[in-house]
Amino acid sequence: MQLEVRLFANLRDYLPKDSKGQVKVELPEGSTAADLIKHLNIPRDLPLIIMVNGRREPENHVLQDGDRVGIFPPVGGG
Amino acid sequence: MKIYRVNMTEGTVRAEEVKEKYATLGGRGLTSQIIADEVDPTCHPLGPNNKLVLAPGLLSGTNAPSSGRLSIGTKSPLTRTIKESNAGGTAAQKLAKLGIKAIIIEGQPQDGKFYTLKVTKDGVELLDGTALVGQRNYDVGKQLRSEHGENVCVVSIGPAGEYKLSAASIAVTDGDGRPVRHCGRGGTGAVMGSKGVKAIVIDDTDAPGVSIKDKEKFKEAAKDFSKMLLNHPVCGQGLPTYGTAVLINILNEAGGLPTKNFRFGRFDGADKISGEAMYDVINERNGKPTHGCHPGCVMRCSQVYHDKDGNYLTAGFEYETIWAFGAHCTIDDLDAIATLDRLCDDIGVDTIEMGVTIGVAMEAGIIPFGDADGAIDLLQQVGEGKPLGRILGNGAEFTAKAYGVSRVPTVKGQSIPAYDPRAVKGVGVTYATSTMGADHTAGYSVTANILKVGGQVDPLKKDGQVDLSRNLQIATAAIDSTGLCLFVAFAVLDEPKALPRIVDMINAQYGLSLTVDDVTELGKSILKTEREFNAKAGFTNSHDRLPEFFNEELDPHGTTFDFTGEELDEVFNF
Ligand code: SF4
Repeated sequence: MQLEVRLFANLRDYLPKDSKGQVKVELPEGSTAADLIKHLNIPRDLPLIIMVNGRREPENHVLQDGDRVGIFPPVGGG
Repeated sequence: MKIYRVNMTEGTVRAEEVKEKYATLGGRGLTSQIIADEVDPTCHPLGPNNKLVLAPGLLSGTNAPSSGRLSIGTKSPLTRTIKESNAGGTAAQKLAKLGIKAIIIEGQPQDGKFYTLKVTKDGVELLDGTALVGQRNYDVGKQLRSEHGENVCVVSIGPAGEYKLSAASIAVTDGDGRPVRHCGRGGTGAVMGSKGVKAIVIDDTDAPGVSIKDKEKFKEAAKDFSKMLLNHPVCGQGLPTYGTAVLINILNEAGGLPTKNFRFGRFDGADKISGEAMYDVINERNGKPTHGCHPGCVMRCSQVYHDKDGNYLTAGFEYETIWAFGAHCTIDDLDAIATLDRLCDDIGVDTIEMGVTIGVAMEAGIIPFGDADGAIDLLQQVGEGKPLGRILGNGAEFTAKAYGVSRVPTVKGQSIPAYDPRAVKGVGVTYATSTMGADHTAGYSVTANILKVGGQVDPLKKDGQVDLSRNLQIATAAIDSTGLCLFVAFAVLDEPKALPRIVDMINAQYGLSLTVDDVTELGKSILKTEREFNAKAGFTNSHDRLPEFFNEELDPHGTTFDFTGEELDEVFNF
């Protein structure tokens, strides 16, 4: 299945520079958000915020073909 | 400590001892109490019977990290409620070091003239301010520093405050002397203008400094608290690196970035105006991505933004500003938005109120959505006091009325900021019920709704939102009294040992034995005082509601703001 993946803030460093933080990723059916994080080589020392189609989901969330996935490090402001 | 009372009718200044009931109050707790005690809630906000109160927080002027926040209280000309507007910059620290608990400005000069207040170790003095009339904030600061010394802090109003426009702000200079920190919300600048005060110069040369009862204990608690801030991923890393604009992308992903006057939850141009884009631009142009609004801030969420030629353009370029002129007006040009930010700081208007107003002007067809040059031109007209500028400068609701627009995102007359209440329902509850009119900072439910800070509450559902907003509104009222920047809340919500450390600092400084429960009680009592004032000014539960268009479904989630009135009224069940 194909996913539309966006990485934000310092996580952008885990994608090629010209990707502007946005890539298409192929993963086997049944893959979870945790599988995607592993696939992207994102280290697990900080808690991450995972959004699938605009909803926050846990790491064991099973992804579907065509999902829009955004992954954020801890961020804040206001 | 002293309270200075400046009577602008008589042109006199009086130093008063601090009443016992005010001794343990600071910041918002003090400004709201003085306004409630001394101002008739039915008075005209711009008349002689309203007052303007400036107060540093309880911990301001000490080594407590990020404790230099200033509160300004008044009856707001924008909302006609009580108002506390909070700013960084160096004013609070200097006032506290001078032993000043508050400055109360009352009355109104009968000669219609403008004055400058000079605050030094010897007291407060009224000086002629005629030469500054008509000047914008950057020039006012330059002029006053050349007269009074480079290290003074300048608190000033721009032309908008002189015109007494309801969106007028009060500027506070940062450590570099730039007027980039503002008591933005609620038109405090118009009240200062109505008092005939153009600027306040604060010179803390030879100031006695803040006295601390138990220095050792204070130091230990401050050090520990500082560490907690630095260890928290948001306070210690996220805020310093990307500033608050990092929120553009996460709100856009969450479908809660209000776009085109609250029609959509996502903006196609979000990427171009995001914190990440800003970070890259700042670095390319040798600006500063990390900058503190006052010395002693460890989170340093501010930044210095340069234009295309590498020259200074603006600083303190915030998420709400970028959203208001950006997604809300569908402008995706970061340099244009930075120019608008600079103009707002210079003219002395609230960036949120002005950005939302420009969007309403686009709704009215005065200029088309997305027209950056048109927006800059409209804002210039505010500064020049042109008739259209005066309409716009009175805010979104006034502008909507003038042009017959019904889609106007305000609560109690104040513009709704950068989180759509249909996709971030917890903050919607705060907008509706806050004593301040629509104000995200009054109870920032975005934390648990979106940022995974202080627990998790589904932003698209109603469950838990009323409790969340209530608890945050109570905690915020208390934090706003300490002089600590509200951003310490990210750490406080996640780290159970942080709040006790704040209490330790207050206890060590003032020789008290407060507990964490007392802090909650303080927050509640502030809110009650403010609610009572508003009730006497004519506000009822029916004012604690959102505009009806939030019943329309919002893409991408198709949600509405579906709280009943009774549910919202439960916020103040204490
Ligand atoms: S975190 Fe930002 S707003 Fe708060 S005190 Fe520091 S620089 Fe100012």
